[in-house]
Amino acid sequence: MAKTKKLVQLDPTDIKAALLKKYPPKVARKRAKQIMINEAQESETPSEIVANVRTIPGIITMRGCTYAGCKGVIMGPTRDIVNITHGPIGCGFYSWLTRRNQTDAGTDGDNYMPYCFSTDMQDQDIIFGGEKKLEAAIQEAYDLFHPKGIAIFATCPVGLIGDDIHAVARKMKEKFGDCNVFAFSCEGYKGVSQSAGHHIANNQVFTHIVGENKTPKEGEYKINLLGEYNIGGDGFEIDRILKLCGITCISTFSGNSSYDQFASSQHADLNAVMCHRSINYVADMLETKYGIPWIKVNFIGAAATAKSLRKIAQYFDNKTLIEKVEAVIAAEMPAVEAAVADVRPRTEGKTAMMFVGGSRAHHYTELFGEMGMKTISAGYEFGHRDDYEGRDVLPTIKVDADSRNIEELDIKADENLYNPRKTPEELEALEKSGLKFKHYKGMNHDMDSGTIIVDDLNQYEAEKLVEIMKPDLFCAGIKEKYSIQKLGIPMKQLHSYDSGGPYAGFKGAVNFYNEIDRLVNSKVWSYMKAPWQENPELTATFVWE
Amino acid sequence: MLLRHTPKEVADRKALMINPAKMCQPIGAMYAALGIHGCLPHSHGSQGCCAYHRSTLTRHYKEPISAASSSFTEGASVFGGQANLVQAIDNIFTVYEPDVIAVHTTCLSETIGDDLKQIHYKAVTDGKIPDGKTVIGAATPSYIGSHVTGFSNMVKAMAELAEPSGEKSGKVNVIPGWVEPADMIEIKRLAELVGVDITLFPDTSGVLDAPLTGEYNMFPEGGVTIEELKKTGDAIGTLALGEWCSADAARWLDSKCKVPCTVLDMPFGLAATDRFIDVLRTVAGVNVPDTVTHERGQLVDMISDMHQYLYGKKVAIWGDPDQLIAMTEFLVSLDMQPVYVVTGTPGKKFEKRIREICEGQPFEVKVKAKGDMFLMHQWIKNEPVDLLIGNTYGKYIARDEDIPFMRWGFPILDRQGHQYFPTVGYRGGLRLLEKMLEQILDRKDRDDSEQTFELVL
Repeated sequence: MAKTKKLVQLDPTDIKAALLKKYPPKVARKRAKQIMINEAQESETPSEIVANVRTIPGIITMRGCTYAGCKGVIMGPTRDIVNITHGPIGCGFYSWLTRRNQTDAGTDGDNYMPYCFSTDMQDQDIIFGGEKKLEAAIQEAYDLFHPKGIAIFATCPVGLIGDDIHAVARKMKEKFGDCNVFAFSCEGYKGVSQSAGHHIANNQVFTHIVGENKTPKEGEYKINLLGEYNIGGDGFEIDRILKLCGITCISTFSGNSSYDQFASSQHADLNAVMCHRSINYVADMLETKYGIPWIKVNFIGAAATAKSLRKIAQYFDNKTLIEKVEAVIAAEMPAVEAAVADVRPRTEGKTAMMFVGGSRAHHYTELFGEMGMKTISAGYEFGHRDDYEGRDVLPTIKVDADSRNIEELDIKADENLYNPRKTPEELEALEKSGLKFKHYKGMNHDMDSGTIIVDDLNQYEAEKLVEIMKPDLFCAGIKEKYSIQKLGIPMKQLHSYDSGGPYAGFKGAVNFYNEIDRLVNSKVWSYMKAPWQENPELTATFVWE
Repeated sequence: MLLRHTPKEVADRKALMINPAKMCQPIGAMYAALGIHGCLPHSHGSQGCCAYHRSTLTRHYKEPISAASSSFTEGASVFGGQANLVQAIDNIFTVYEPDVIAVHTTCLSETIGDDLKQIHYKAVTDGKIPDGKTVIGAATPSYIGSHVTGFSNMVKAMAELAEPSGEKSGKVNVIPGWVEPADMIEIKRLAELVGVDITLFPDTSGVLDAPLTGEYNMFPEGGVTIEELKKTGDAIGTLALGEWCSADAARWLDSKCKVPCTVLDMPFGLAATDRFIDVLRTVAGVNVPDTVTHERGQLVDMISDMHQYLYGKKVAIWGDPDQLIAMTEFLVSLDMQPVYVVTGTPGKKFEKRIREICEGQPFEVKVKAKGDMFLMHQWIKNEPVDLLIGNTYGKYIARDEDIPFMRWGFPILDRQGHQYFPTVGYRGGLRLLEKMLEQILDRKDRDDSEQTFELVL
């Protein structure tokens, strides 16, 4: 399609109808509930979207599996745990270094991230059981590396044949004495997407690691940053900013993280939640058990970064910190403003679509907004209703069979360590002054009225949406990249950032402006047709005429 | 150091694979199925498998990889995946309208014992397969063999479509094995030059090298058609390029359809290409034209020109058996020394074959099937090499040990061009030489002292 065609002002209901037209009736009925025309306004209750439900067999989804969410997303970025995939070789191989989690091996130098460990199950293991092989593999890993921790990840057949990976882990942990061994029942068929894997990972990290290090950590204004995975160095940029502000980050779940960070996270005084979808479970559990409140932050976008820093400062309610944060923002913003001034004339008014993650499709609307770009359609790959409509809808979410299979931990206040960081009165006062705890308002709230929100967008709908709405930019993952670009529309990966990043924080925002400017204004999109296709008529004349 | 925990001392491991040199069967089946015209591969398992395979193939080919999944949930895993697959077939034919669906299984559906034939029958009796459409299937349990086995199983499923008419077509079947789209084009070009009418299957050229035009076709023009596959039983012979990737399908056609088969090495390098051309002309009963002999001579010329730089260089290579066998032979023919040869794919025959190729050479080869890159790295730590040849994952060893590295094989996730520039045939041999030489001479230029640095090499 030609690049020059402008956005046609189509009625969103017609667009929705066009997306559903070709489906068999049963599929159309189901998808209709996952496609909504946004009506979110400040005071209105947003209309309901169906999310976190099964993908329809045969419909080409963007989603991955529970193993991917657990091993790939949450545990993948932790550098000093030996992550052993228990299963046939594929799952371990495909999740080997492919998420662009950057890491700094630190002073101790432990870094197993460039390695892939697998039990490489064979048919005899499937028939006779794989527990013995798993036990031997753990022993071999221990003998070779003597790591602080060994994590076991179950793949589909493990659950089916009934290997008790938790019993093996317990046995080996006792045997070693100096190495924590724990397992994740994250078989790919569980749940409906990666999201179940996040939950399973969170539960086990909380059960087996959090709280292990009893020695309090030094530092002022101690926070945990939850749900930041250091893709393309995002976490490094956020760390840089926090350091400038004098805020101590005890642990990041789980970008550039280490075993000890998880083990010490109960020493923080505030949990700052980036990716609500993948990690809100840990935030809730840390609050219930240790009394650490949590707030939602967003370091994607310069204004969002500034706002998030101010929220943290507001929480600690310390004049020095508040001034420091303001000074940092004042020092960082000129470069950001200069970059915006440079790119904005070229990006103003352009349109974007985003179908990614459980938070990113929301977070990046701010960055696009800073460039004068409008998000005309968005959705999550594995979000839940609360990620769209806000946490207020949590009590009304029906738990279906697929979610019921995912364990919910029953967490109680720790007898010795529960220590509410703020009194109820202090919390109330902070709420009154605008700082909201345990609060996330969801994506729909920030999307314009009439925009189209699609949950679990698939290949067919993506192509249709692009065809009808002709965005200037489409954002999703690697699987979607080239089919969209064949249509002549630039595509930015927002899972792994292609090869770019960081895009978080102030410097990240500048990177992102430049990257998007490059993408939407690249000359290549004007090369689709050869001269003889543009002007097929034969009108040449002889040069001597 | 990125692989800082890899010790020099090699300890025997029986259970733990570290840094694998193989993937699982379904990804091979998916790649093979993309070489059928108008085909949507379908992964009968949980959706993560399909997502992983599509991602890996997309990152390697830099092309859209469309494939669907049965999206198993816990319920389907308990009660069987029949309902999911029948529903998927219906949805796929309605929404995406492919000519063919090529179903492969996964460790999940294999462990619970789903029977593709029976589900296929159910889909037919339920009327879910429209007239003129085809559904094929291959059992590809991830816990047996490797991605190479899965590729081979799907290629065999293609051969099983053969419907011999009793009359010979005069065509020759060529099964290229897991090679790049550009290699498929090169094989077809060579066959055309020799004057042999071939049916190449699978054929991913024209599928995974699509132009950027502003239009997206989920099913581009390339790929072997079902009609062509049906006629493979009438061919006068089959050339299977690679024992691991291609022989099963060729042998099936031989035993079931009386199409005589010859199993050859993949045509990488001089000698393997010689054998390919020689067998091709013998099977078809034609003379090799001078143009082909001329191309051969050009490769020999370049080998002679570059011999001084390549001679005696020690090489570590890893990847898939068929490619490694041909590459080892090519390296030996250049008087290079492939000292370490590792595949993750099982097969005792592999180790034997590599030893045979290296027999009598002035070096001792260390070869391992069912090996991993961790072991190969340990060998390198004990005695270094001058060049690494293999997939992208080698870059960590290359950086840590400061060894020149030529990317070749699957997957290549960090460079481009492999899908466009063939490495099979004589011309492909030129490309391999060029790439090797560039690595080795770039290193020489980097390492030479100011006194010995030279303009002319």
